[in-house]
Amino acid sequence: MNKNIHPQSAVLGFLLFLLLWQLISLAVDRPILPSPLKVMPMFVMELPGVLGLHLLASAGRVLAAIGLAVITAAPAGLVLGQMPKLDRLFSPLIAITYPIPKIVLLPVIYVLMGITDISKIILIATIIFFQILVVVRDEAASLKPELILSVRSLCAGRRALFRYVYLPASIPAVLTALRISIGTAIAVLFIAEQSLTTYGLGYYIVVETYQVLRYPEMFTGILAMGLLGVVLYFTVASIEFRVNRHLFVAS
Amino acid sequence: MIELIDLTFAYSGHPPLFDRFCLRVGKGEAWAIIGPSGCGKSTLLYLLAGLKRPSKGRVLIAGESIHRPRPRTGLILQDHGLLPWATVGQNARLGLAIRRLYGPDGRHAPVDSEVEPQDADRQIDYWLQWLGIEGLRNKYPSQLSRGQRQRTAIARTLVLKPDLLLMDEPFSALDAPIRIELQSVMAGFHRQSQLTSITVTHDIEEAVFMGRKVLVLHDGCNRDTEVVDNDLAGRSDERNSPAFHQRCEDLHRLLERRP
Repeated sequence: MNKNIHPQSAVLGFLLFLLLWQLISLAVDRPILPSPLKVMPMFVMELPGVLGLHLLASAGRVLAAIGLAVITAAPAGLVLGQMPKLDRLFSPLIAITYPIPKIVLLPVIYVLMGITDISKIILIATIIFFQILVVVRDEAASLKPELILSVRSLCAGRRALFRYVYLPASIPAVLTALRISIGTAIAVLFIAEQSLTTYGLGYYIVVETYQVLRYPEMFTGILAMGLLGVVLYFTVASIEFRVNRHLFVAS
Repeated sequence: MIELIDLTFAYSGHPPLFDRFCLRVGKGEAWAIIGPSGCGKSTLLYLLAGLKRPSKGRVLIAGESIHRPRPRTGLILQDHGLLPWATVGQNARLGLAIRRLYGPDGRHAPVDSEVEPQDADRQIDYWLQWLGIEGLRNKYPSQLSRGQRQRTAIARTLVLKPDLLLMDEPFSALDAPIRIELQSVMAGFHRQSQLTSITVTHDIEEAVFMGRKVLVLHDGCNRDTEVVDNDLAGRSDERNSPAFHQRCEDLHRLLERRP
């Protein structure tokens, strides 16, 4: 992420996306791929209604999962990054569990915790947790001892070190991890929302539209899910850009 | 100003670097500590800074026993220790910000150090200007030269009005012309402020230029203090004189000698 996306290029990208969609839909010419000319007006009409509720439910779950992951993983990552002994103990465990696709734990979590919003949120949070943990840990470990020493020599206690060193050092790491993991988080959300819920885009797309062959409506759901991903991604990226200004200055 | 009494220090699993080591530094004196790497000169500075604790013995500064960093002691490291995500201005303000966070509690900030924000601005302006980096206020460390970064670190320390300045290889990473310029700047500062200062260095010329007294440390265990009186310190006009070179030569011989 070297640049913020300009509004013009965002519009251009969107128009190209619609054009491509239209072309593919013409080429395929089957009900499963309706034209954007049909879907887009429907999307705009439905968004303030039921579709909007599904979108809000999904967004709520992702945001809750992000919040949960950040408040648990960021401190854990900081501690591991600053305590090499502890890190040596845990890093093999993290190395083994990090690449496991957490979605396979879905049945286990459902049985243990029930098929509730909480269990869905925890599943998504687990995915983001590992991303943040690893990136924050590496960031904290890369803080030079000289930096800590010289700030401590300014009489910084734990509180000041946290405020002026650890916090500003870990926020960019958290944002990077979030940006990277948002795609996976939403994919898992899509799967998790297919079972036993009443609101959520995953439920809307699979149960309420796909299974009853309402393809154009299904596509409004797909668009909403895409919108959720895009908005989250660019929100995180733009905060990241602002926080990391020192990395983007010309030297 | 500084008194080391029977100081003993060893890193765990290693033979002691200092054994019942005693030293007295008077107020307003400029000292240099020189020795080969691994002789414990930086360790001694960290002990003075309160960043390490002696195994035995005491470190007294201004009559107080040192157990943690002392608010009125300024420390400048070879690696400037600037926050990479903060501008020159923000870095220069860091010490004051930390003091504000805690308030004048005597532990993190001197008891009499209540600083109004506009006073802080004035002090930062003053020191940035004095060090010739006021134009870089909004730059990040990555945009600066090494010399400019070290100037920023010096500004951050001097803004806090220290009464004791500790410098660990402060100019070692700099190119020769800039090193000599900054040495002169700090020597000038010492003349002006009469601040007690201690410079740790492995560079003999730097020791002769920065230290009115030069403490020579050796590899292995330091017990007896070896101090060279040096009247050539801070004399830019003497830097190329035969006397200066002779003094360097003498120190060199002293360093070579096995204790």
